[in-house]
Amino acid sequence: MTLETVETVLAWMIGGLIALAALLTLTRITIGPSVLDRVVASDTLVSIVVSALGAHIALTGAASTLPLLISLSLVGFLGSVAVARFVARDRDPEPPR
Amino acid sequence: MSWTTVADLLGLLSLLGGAMLCFAAGVGVVRFPDLLTRMHAGTKPQVLGLLLVLLGVWLRTRSGMDGLVLLLVGFFQLVTIPAGAHMVGRAGFRTGQVRPADIHPGRRERVDPSGEEAGPPPDDGARTPDG
Repeated sequence: MTLETVETVLAWMIGGLIALAALLTLTRITIGPSVLDRVVASDTLVSIVVSALGAHIALTGAASTLPLLISLSLVGFLGSVAVARFVARDRDPEPPR
Repeated sequence: MSWTTVADLLGLLSLLGGAMLCFAAGVGVVRFPDLLTRMHAGTKPQVLGLLLVLLGVWLRTRSGMDGLVLLLVGFFQLVTIPAGAHMVGRAGFRTGQVRPADIHPGRRERVDPSGEEAGPPPDDGARTPDG
């Protein structure tokens, strides 16, 4: 097994895991019964996106994405702060049984 | 095997660790039952996962300027994430999505095996939070 094969397999594993994580987080954003659950899930999604951009930089060597990383890590929390500041007592109604 | 190859492989391995933490967070966010446990699961890629990914990026690019930028990214993340998590937790507490028994362990209500409530726990002086 050559080094290149190892690198390819690892790259596919990294990409697949990150994509699965983003899909699961999107599931929680869709079904999460309260607004705060969705906010927590979207916070997690932001850091998963940052991780994906980092993986892209590391795997292709395209360092032009670095400013994007800085800006995302700076402003990624503003959305959750804004929503949490103005959140009311609301939940999705229980589904009928 | 030169040291650049070793650094490349180590970078890939730490990237894989970060990706695994992202996946664990996804599973936890979907499977866990309430707000606080979901927050607990969701912070995995926000700190350790991201730092592992940044370490992996630096191990593979190996340039000083990029390393500085990556340090800056990690620093900003570590500074801003607790602020957001604090606000979310406080909003959850104020809107009644967090039971007080979850954060005051002394006030946990106990149910004995016969199925009857054991009664309220003794008041240990902990104040009830204002709504």
